[in-house]
Amino acid sequence: MKSVLVLFAHPRLESSRVNIRLLAAARAVANVHICDLYEEYPDFDIDVPREQKRLREHDVLVLHHPIFWYAAPPLVKQWIDLVLEFGWAYGPGGNALDGKQVFQVVTSGGTEEAYQHEGRNKHTISEYLWPFEQTARLCRMDYGEVFVVHGTHQLSANEIEGHANRYQHFLRGLVHGNVIPD
Amino acid sequence: METSFLIEAIAYLAAAMICVPIAKRLGLGSVLGYLAAGVVVGPALLGVIGEEGKDVMHMAEFGVVIMLFLVGLELDPKQFWRMKSLVVGAGAGQVVATAVAVGLLATWAGLSWQAAVATGLAMAMSSTAIVLQSLKEQGLSSTRAGRTSFAVLLFQDVAVIPILAILPLLAPPLAGDGGGAHHGSLVAHLPGWAQTLAVLAAVGVVVVFGRFGVAPLLRLVAGTRLRELFVASSLLIVVAIAYLMSLVEVSAALGTFIAGVVLANSEFRHELESDLEPVKGLLLGLFFMAVGASIDLAVVQTRPGEMIAIVGAILLVKGLVLAAVARSFRLATDQLLLVAVGMSQVGEFAFVLITVAGGKNILPADIVSVLMAVTALSMATTPILMLVLQRVILPRIGTPQKDDREADAIDEHHPVIIAGFGHFGSTVGRLLRANGVEATVLDHNSDTVDLLRRIGFRVYYGDATRLDLLLAAGAEHATLMIIAIDDPEVTIALVETVRKHFPHLRLLVRARHRFHAYELMDHGVENPYREHLDTSIRLGIDALRYLGRRAHSATRAAQAFRRYDEAAMRHLVQHRRNRETYVASVRAAIEEQEQLLKADLSFDHTTTDHAWDAAPLRAAVQRTSPS
Repeated sequence: MKSVLVLFAHPRLESSRVNIRLLAAARAVANVHICDLYEEYPDFDIDVPREQKRLREHDVLVLHHPIFWYAAPPLVKQWIDLVLEFGWAYGPGGNALDGKQVFQVVTSGGTEEAYQHEGRNKHTISEYLWPFEQTARLCRMDYGEVFVVHGTHQLSANEIEGHANRYQHFLRGLVHGNVIPD
Repeated sequence: METSFLIEAIAYLAAAMICVPIAKRLGLGSVLGYLAAGVVVGPALLGVIGEEGKDVMHMAEFGVVIMLFLVGLELDPKQFWRMKSLVVGAGAGQVVATAVAVGLLATWAGLSWQAAVATGLAMAMSSTAIVLQSLKEQGLSSTRAGRTSFAVLLFQDVAVIPILAILPLLAPPLAGDGGGAHHGSLVAHLPGWAQTLAVLAAVGVVVVFGRFGVAPLLRLVAGTRLRELFVASSLLIVVAIAYLMSLVEVSAALGTFIAGVVLANSEFRHELESDLEPVKGLLLGLFFMAVGASIDLAVVQTRPGEMIAIVGAILLVKGLVLAAVARSFRLATDQLLLVAVGMSQVGEFAFVLITVAGGKNILPADIVSVLMAVTALSMATTPILMLVLQRVILPRIGTPQKDDREADAIDEHHPVIIAGFGHFGSTVGRLLRANGVEATVLDHNSDTVDLLRRIGFRVYYGDATRLDLLLAAGAEHATLMIIAIDDPEVTIALVETVRKHFPHLRLLVRARHRFHAYELMDHGVENPYREHLDTSIRLGIDALRYLGRRAHSATRAAQAFRRYDEAAMRHLVQHRRNRETYVASVRAAIEEQEQLLKADLSFDHTTTDHAWDAAPLRAAVQRTSPS
């Protein structure tokens, strides 16, 4: 059994349709702890020691956020900038995160077809997430598969429920150490 | 008969209308104004009031009774307990020492020992009205001088009760039955022990009735929702107790004082206070006018040198005793002087005590006149003496800089000056200091100054609006001036001074409230810091969060509200400038509040904040996609 920390970031959860369901689904999974970043740090004043302690106490980190303008919401970047300190997360003596697993769970308004080399966005979601992958590598963490929900604007209620179940399944896999590839 | 009463009333009220505002304007306080009005209409000058003055006096003495009821009502036992060592130590020390010293002087001057005791006790009183007012006006209430003065006054207020009880014992036996009108007394014919029992029983009745009878009665009255009925029943309580006490020959003031203390914990305390306050004010005004009318000006006119000598001697004795008391409580020199000079006058309670002592033939009539005049004159000296103290003496004495530090202090000038180091200023100062910015501090509380000096702040003591102090603090070389003074008027005076003499200084100014902010903007402060704004908005964010709003959305809504409120203020200040006059400021405040509240209804931050809202995008996507 592994303990999983979901770092969730949505600046306006109350007007979301998909993420609000995904988050509720995640809350229902045992051994998964949720850190709702925009709720805990509404003024971006991140408590770095607290966040580092939280990271130390978990085996698996899940970055869960919507994609806005091909990137994560700004508080995720703020969190990375402040928490992953030199000498703690990377650099000499920076081995606090060695060997931990990182996964990224993202939602995007654009469809899967749009996120292709020949599509409208010219790159895949995974390619847009390279900075995160490299950040994990620098901290000597294992960056796993990306969990994506595409085309959120067009999803029906049933489809959203399907994605929520898929997410629960995915998290249970992380807890039990048998990651099921997407 | 009818018309003569009306003429009398007109004379009293008109004289008060003229004299009281003048006295207030001159900074002499309303008590002196009423006294002067009394002198003017009294037999000495206009003679509108003749022998009837005595009747008025009887009615007016009731003002004193109500005053003591209110003193009892306001006597917070907890506060008394917290300050007990100061109240009992400083208060008792002051009253006893002053009474003894003045009493000895009086004996030396040829008074009987009874008269000397009465004189000493009367002269020991200071004026609560004058002292509290001047402490408040100068923002000294929370200093050690202010607290010590308050403690001594509290003791004096309470001490009046036993003193009033003792005075009849001093009455010469011959005049014993002529002292007060005792035709209604129930106990005169009883033996001594029975009289004592009767007194105890009466006090018991007051306590029991106060505890168990008054609240249900007042609740009943409050149920009728007739405000004047409530005032009437408040008065009824006081009058009934006064009557009960007069039946057993105890001072009415004592009885009502006890009733006040008993009622201090009741739910009706504040209502009783606010209902009786105007009645008390009016009757006390009448009382002081009656006192003024009874002052025999001839005494003062025929022996002016003697009068000046007596007033001087009393002020000196009181001042020395107060200084000694303050010294024994280890007050710094400047604070000690504030106490000694500020409380050197003889107070309004002295009029009560002198009147009572005169009525009981303890004091001969001519001495009563002299003492009344002395009391009034001593009250008039306080504002003048305080002015001299603050302008001339304190700047030289008050916690001077050590000489050896002066030299090296001159070449290191801090870039920041903070004027006012109370709760507001000290928070700013600590934030700066925690970030390695040293500031020069100006403050007029010597306790603060001493403390700050000990922990290494560079502090100047005194009135921040003084040019020489600003120069000494390095205003010429500083870049920032932070004004965090409590008093809005002083803040504006300082802004004017700084803008005139040190235009290069960037001003960061604390505004107490919206209207203070307007005034500051009128004085060229572009961005005043309203002290309530950020705190109340922070509280509002948390309120929204507890109601289930997302923290970040609540924060953004608050940010938008803050911008909107600042904009509204800038808009309203223009509007305000366009008006020719702004006399009815209270009405204007209400009007403006109304405008703000109305505008708030139409302010909806959600209609302007589209950030991260996917709904329009979703709608557009669904429209274009054929599925």
